[in-house]
Amino acid sequence: MQIHLNGKPREIPTATTISSLLLELNLGNAAVAVELNGEILPKEKFSQTLLNDMDRVEMVQFVGGG
Amino acid sequence: MDLFVNEKPITTEEGLTLFDIRARIKGDADIIILNGFPCRENHPLQNGDRIVLIKRGEVPTFEELEALMTSRHTPGVHQRVKKARVGIAGVGGLGSSVAMALARTGVGKLVMADFDLVEPSNLNRQQYFADQIGLPKVAALRDNLERINPHIEVVIHHLRLAADNIPIVFEEVDVLIEAFDDADAKAMLIETFMRSFPEVPVVAASGVAGYGPSNTIVTRRTMGNLYLIGDGSTEAKPGQGLMAPRVGIAAHHQANAVLRLILGERPE
Repeated sequence: MQIHLNGKPREIPTATTISSLLLELNLGNAAVAVELNGEILPKEKFSQTLLNDMDRVEMVQFVGGG
Repeated sequence: MDLFVNEKPITTEEGLTLFDIRARIKGDADIIILNGFPCRENHPLQNGDRIVLIKRGEVPTFEELEALMTSRHTPGVHQRVKKARVGIAGVGGLGSSVAMALARTGVGKLVMADFDLVEPSNLNRQQYFADQIGLPKVAALRDNLERINPHIEVVIHHLRLAADNIPIVFEEVDVLIEAFDDADAKAMLIETFMRSFPEVPVVAASGVAGYGPSNTIVTRRTMGNLYLIGDGSTEAKPGQGLMAPRVGIAAHHQANAVLRLILGERPE
């Protein structure tokens, strides 16, 4: 099935969660904020949130320093 | 015609010049600013012109200071920024420099929160002085801002920001600055604040370490009302420090993004 990740189409297998998508993107341990279909998703829901066809996912990664 | 002289409205007859106004109001003024720009030569005046007359070296009264210090602003900016309320989460390298820029701009209210104390390794990039080591950063910064612009309101919270207090500390801001050092804390703040206040813009930073090229630091819009500043990848880590120039560039991107948001412009 297809999702839109940061505005671009991307094919993903069924039963993909936000956590497994992050792992696939090598962002498993990264500091990220995730928006799913226009709403911010709390971090504790990453592992239980299954993606659906045509979902819109926005991810912003943060690195340290300030 | 109607003019503003040192921010006070006055009504005069038509056809006056800049030097006529100086002669009438402050004959010894040697700095004359017309609509935000210093003028050495005489100039015919038009309805609505803003004139500021300054005697170099003369210390103004508290009341006069505000008009004089904003005289180089683009006309109309001061009245709008004075009403704005900006939250600053973390007052280290990013946050303390953002606060300085916004205080000089005359942003009416700054709400700043940080748990930390000023220590020696901060002084390479943060807006503190060696004689402030040991003070809570928010208290030291409030003192420094007061010395620059005593006309703004500064609210400080000496605490560690977390999911339970972020919505309370920043419940009345028009824009939030994310200025943490730690990556996970940045993500936590964005998640917490944007869930509580999805309509309020957030200006965050990521990728500001080292001394890489200045022009790789950019302002971009990401999800929702989140604006992100930095090169996106250069993290602080062993072998790659945090330096005043590049952190300062990012901080001033943040401050300019806030100013543009206050003035109704897109930051990016």
